[in-house]
Amino acid sequence: MSSPGGPAAGAPAPSARAPAPGGRAASAPLLGHDEEPTLFELSVPGRRSASFRTTGVPEWSAEELVPAEELRPEPPALAEVSERDLVAHLTRLSHRQYSVDLGAYPLGSCTMKYNPKLCDEAAALPGFTNVHPATPASHAQGWLALLWSLADALCRVTGMDAATLQPPAGAAGELTGLLIMRAWHRSQGRSPGKILIPDSAHGTNPASVSLAGYETVSVPSDERGLVSPEAVRRHLSPDVAGIMLTNPNTLGLFEEHIAEVAGLVHDAGGLLYYDGANLNAIMGVTKPAAMGFDIVHLNLHKTFAVPHGGGGPGAGPVAVTARLAEFLPGPVVARADDGTFYWDGPARSIGRTHGWHGNALALVRAWAYILSNGSDGLRRVSEVAVLNANWLLARLRGTYTVPFDRRAMHEVVVSTKDAPGAAGALRALDVGKRLLDKGFHAPTIYFPLVVPEALMIEPTETESPQTVAALADALVEIAREGPEVAAGAPHATPVGRADEARAARRLVLTWDAVGPA
Amino acid sequence: MNVPEDLRYSSDHEWCRQEGDHVRVGITDYAQDALGDIVYVQLPEPGAAASAGQPLCELESTKSVSDVFAPLDGTVVEVNSELVDSPQRVNEDPYGEGWICLIKPASAEAFGSLMGAEGYRKLIEA
Repeated sequence: MSSPGGPAAGAPAPSARAPAPGGRAASAPLLGHDEEPTLFELSVPGRRSASFRTTGVPEWSAEELVPAEELRPEPPALAEVSERDLVAHLTRLSHRQYSVDLGAYPLGSCTMKYNPKLCDEAAALPGFTNVHPATPASHAQGWLALLWSLADALCRVTGMDAATLQPPAGAAGELTGLLIMRAWHRSQGRSPGKILIPDSAHGTNPASVSLAGYETVSVPSDERGLVSPEAVRRHLSPDVAGIMLTNPNTLGLFEEHIAEVAGLVHDAGGLLYYDGANLNAIMGVTKPAAMGFDIVHLNLHKTFAVPHGGGGPGAGPVAVTARLAEFLPGPVVARADDGTFYWDGPARSIGRTHGWHGNALALVRAWAYILSNGSDGLRRVSEVAVLNANWLLARLRGTYTVPFDRRAMHEVVVSTKDAPGAAGALRALDVGKRLLDKGFHAPTIYFPLVVPEALMIEPTETESPQTVAALADALVEIAREGPEVAAGAPHATPVGRADEARAARRLVLTWDAVGPA
Repeated sequence: MNVPEDLRYSSDHEWCRQEGDHVRVGITDYAQDALGDIVYVQLPEPGAAASAGQPLCELESTKSVSDVFAPLDGTVVEVNSELVDSPQRVNEDPYGEGWICLIKPASAEAFGSLMGAEGYRKLIEA
């Protein structure tokens, strides 16, 4: 935290808001509504987090060591704080965070399940952490065995024939899958330009389609919230490269006509892409291959208990049917007849989609999760996820509007619009905010876009019946309290209703731009 | 919801006002309310072709990113560049300072075939 060049010239003046240089003492109260000062407000000129006075090593100034033209005219305006104050600051902030480890996180579509610590332990083993990715295959057989076994397991879960573990996230998997789709079409001497996507799709789907150079054609859902074969037939043409679907869809409903849709798309020369975001609902029960899909991406950070949120690292492996295997990003791990593993390049590979072998330690976590559950355990994961969601739906029916009231899969979508159990006109945003007061993370709101004032709630399989009941109670209570209580929520958190619109309109990303108050 | 009588409307929630040879375009009060606080407006390029029913530009709100669809065929002749720094005008004054662009229609008849206020009111109340 110290600035090079010695004196603290250029450091910001102590904040006018702060009672004394250094802001608050390290023992300031943890809870309550007091704002945590920024590091710059804690800064005291000349304060250091370490000193080296007993080393005997002679000190040199920056001017003596670095040519003048390479030096900044002034030292950068860094905060100057002691290690003690820095740790106190970061720890206070961390105690104000809500996380999966702290409680239920029913953020629909994101599958924020609890991640077993066993998986972290496996990923921390020195045999995994102390290996450079460029280590020759002969010296990294354990790593290669793990990657091969994980790819094999993911193929078994999806019914596919080959997989790449490179894509570092779901959206990266989508792009990879679409590039494979394009490479396949080209190999057939075709270059269709359009991809069909249902209007209930994840926002990343059309974004990936654009990035891959395709045009999105939106297919409207029918009155039951499903993709109908008629609608798909209407939009099919020789210029359609394929369709991207997630099943169950974003309304938490199983696409019942998927086999017929697959037949139509295949007959028209297209391929089917499965967005694996919702695999948590069907794992071990059915497989994307059985529904007719050709390409699947999996979100290991959703379904296979790799931690996520806060930017990752995630993992979005892509699995394909045999006819597409030669287009996978390379290299992939192959197994020789003698049981040893080696790197192999698919014959007509689209090229790398990641610098090395993906977010490799995330892959270790997923493999540990798969091994610790076994195939019967993975099926049980999906069964309990679906049970929890349906139990929650049964408790919310009568309080919230259920736009598509059918057997749910792993998540439920309800609406505050005309909610029968609400004391007045509730907004989804306010319900989400009020839920923070009740000790839960907010659900996803205003998605999917086809449902007005949507609350998309995914309890996941890791919450106990007691926790799901408490979540249901909280949601029912919020409706009964009505819009007046919810409108100003959250009331119990250190920070209340932040001005999101202003923050987005006036993005300020550096302290310099704000300046000391 | 405010649905001015003197405007024409598209089923995608854009309004149109005839101004000489040109048509001024924005999104309706209903649309801005449904989108929530607009935080970013990606304007069309002046000179760009507008094709009825096809995306014209994008609005980003705290809820989502949404396309604005061209209400009629034509050419974009002017855009409301004030929205770059003040996207909230779309929320505050959707029929006035929150206008999005001025289009020169490809045909004189297109404007007349758009929905009137009564038809649009029925659409949003359905």
